[in-house]
Amino acid sequence: MSSALDQAAIDRFNARYAACLDAGEFDAWPDFFLPDAMYKIVARENYDAGLPLCILALEGHGMLRDRVYGIKNTLYHAPYYQRHVIGTALLEHHTDGSATAEANYAVFRTRPGGISEVFNVGRYIDRFKATPEGPKLAERICVFDSEMILNSLIYPL
Amino acid sequence: MNAPHRNPENRIPEAVSRWAEPGSSRIPYWAYTDPDIYQRELQYFFYGPHWCYVGLEAEIPAFGDYRLSFVGERQVIVVRQRDGEIAVMENRCAHRGVRFCQQQRGKARSFVCPYHQWTYKLNGDLAGLPFRQGVERDGEKQGGMPADFDMKAHGLVKLRVARYGGLIFASFSDQTPSFEEYIGPAVMPWLDRIFKGRELTLLGVNRQRIPGNWKLMMENIKDPYHPGLLHTWFVTFGLWRADQRSRMVMDEHGRHAVMISQRNQGGASDVTQGVTSFKADMALNDPRLLDVVPEPWWNGPSVTMITLFPSLIIQQQVNSLSTRHIVPAGPGAFDFIWTHFGFKDDSEEMTQRRLRQANLFGPAGFVSADDGEVIELSQDGFRQRGADGSTLCELDGRDVAPTEHMVTETLIRGMYGYWRKELGL
Ligand SMILES: [Fe+2]
Repeated sequence: MSSALDQAAIDRFNARYAACLDAGEFDAWPDFFLPDAMYKIVARENYDAGLPLCILALEGHGMLRDRVYGIKNTLYHAPYYQRHVIGTALLEHHTDGSATAEANYAVFRTRPGGISEVFNVGRYIDRFKATPEGPKLAERICVFDSEMILNSLIYPL
Repeated sequence: MNAPHRNPENRIPEAVSRWAEPGSSRIPYWAYTDPDIYQRELQYFFYGPHWCYVGLEAEIPAFGDYRLSFVGERQVIVVRQRDGEIAVMENRCAHRGVRFCQQQRGKARSFVCPYHQWTYKLNGDLAGLPFRQGVERDGEKQGGMPADFDMKAHGLVKLRVARYGGLIFASFSDQTPSFEEYIGPAVMPWLDRIFKGRELTLLGVNRQRIPGNWKLMMENIKDPYHPGLLHTWFVTFGLWRADQRSRMVMDEHGRHAVMISQRNQGGASDVTQGVTSFKADMALNDPRLLDVVPEPWWNGPSVTMITLFPSLIIQQQVNSLSTRHIVPAGPGAFDFIWTHFGFKDDSEEMTQRRLRQANLFGPAGFVSADDGEVIELSQDGFRQRGADGSTLCELDGRDVAPTEHMVTETLIRGMYGYWRKELGL
């Protein structure tokens, strides 16, 4: 077992990931992923039925950066704070040195001056690889139980 | 709404005849906020002589396949019959009113209400109920239904069904004309263009709850004015902007419409002057997000946005296709259910392309997420002012007529003309 992808490393990774998004530091978000990584947000309804539609499906750093540009420059939206609570990852290590993991998440949304709401609840289904800079995501699929999105989802989960 | 009666300025109008203006170019705020008006809309439009969308045939391909859907606020079961027909019935037990079916999708041989095990056939007929003949004890019959209890009269409420091109519509009313007549000759060719002779494949479903009146979503897709202003991607990449060849089509009642346009190369021009959403030097890091490949059936237009009153929007925007189902939830909110689809003969690459372009549309879409946001803010504005305000809808005049351009709000006026007339306001 590679210690670069051990329990502490993955949980620390998720803590940093949450801190980055909750601080609104979206420019740093693609760096959590490998250059050709896949990032998806998909309703449990579709995931369980084997249907391919996602609410976002971004392939690689280029598309992740396009989303960041969209958030900052093109998507009109009422701003909101995000607060991620990510559970301990359930890890499995593979002989090729990669690891798969599942971790529950809850994301709360608060409009400035407003009331906090449960915005999106689900689980991350992840594939990690070790790199010299620590664990990176080869894939993160956010499968959400809260199938009715509260109006719009602008920021990454 | 917070106790509107406390503020005399803010109360529900005593008489809806306060719509003093002629025509439909000023829409009173109470059209979006009044609970009584909303009840009338449900009764007349959603439960009245209109065809309401309930799903795609591709969602229930085989005998016994069913899904839950909505007509207005009423939940219905849409189920495939043995002979390939489709039945739509209300999800409400004839006995004690229980909304008994709780699986979004499934396969059934019959439907059983859990409360007293009344059992229905897949077409909604009552098949049986426990103790109908009573219970025998000591040679004596105890209880049971009255002798004149008629099984045939106690099935589920069945809706009329119209099937068109893989889409399923239902109606509670006997008065609804045939689907073709309902759509009318002006709009029908635009449905045929997408659906005729094709088999659909299901890509998946996305759901969003938008805190605004349901008509605001219909308006949004009858409003060719905003896309080139609100949506950076549309104006910058030439997907929808005022210098494109466009047509606005509507049926003879003004209730259904099609916005048709043909994309151009984008870039700066007269119509980007002073438009802050236009980003002259914006380029995609990954052009696969907008890898448009024209399809033979387009015959010119790269986008057609179809509104079928009261419950359905059909989107073709470049290679992305979807139905968007409006499910009202009180005057101040609706659920918006997106079903993305492709065609049976799509190549693997085309399916992939449709899925990539799906990033533009839906609750998180690069384009359409803004629409949900502005609808919420519109409703906020109506609510804060109260009943005496009105929206203004006078781009390109105050009349209702099809146009050969997009610098117009004529389709919105068309819908409210119909709405006002039918509700007798
Ligand atoms: Fe829009």
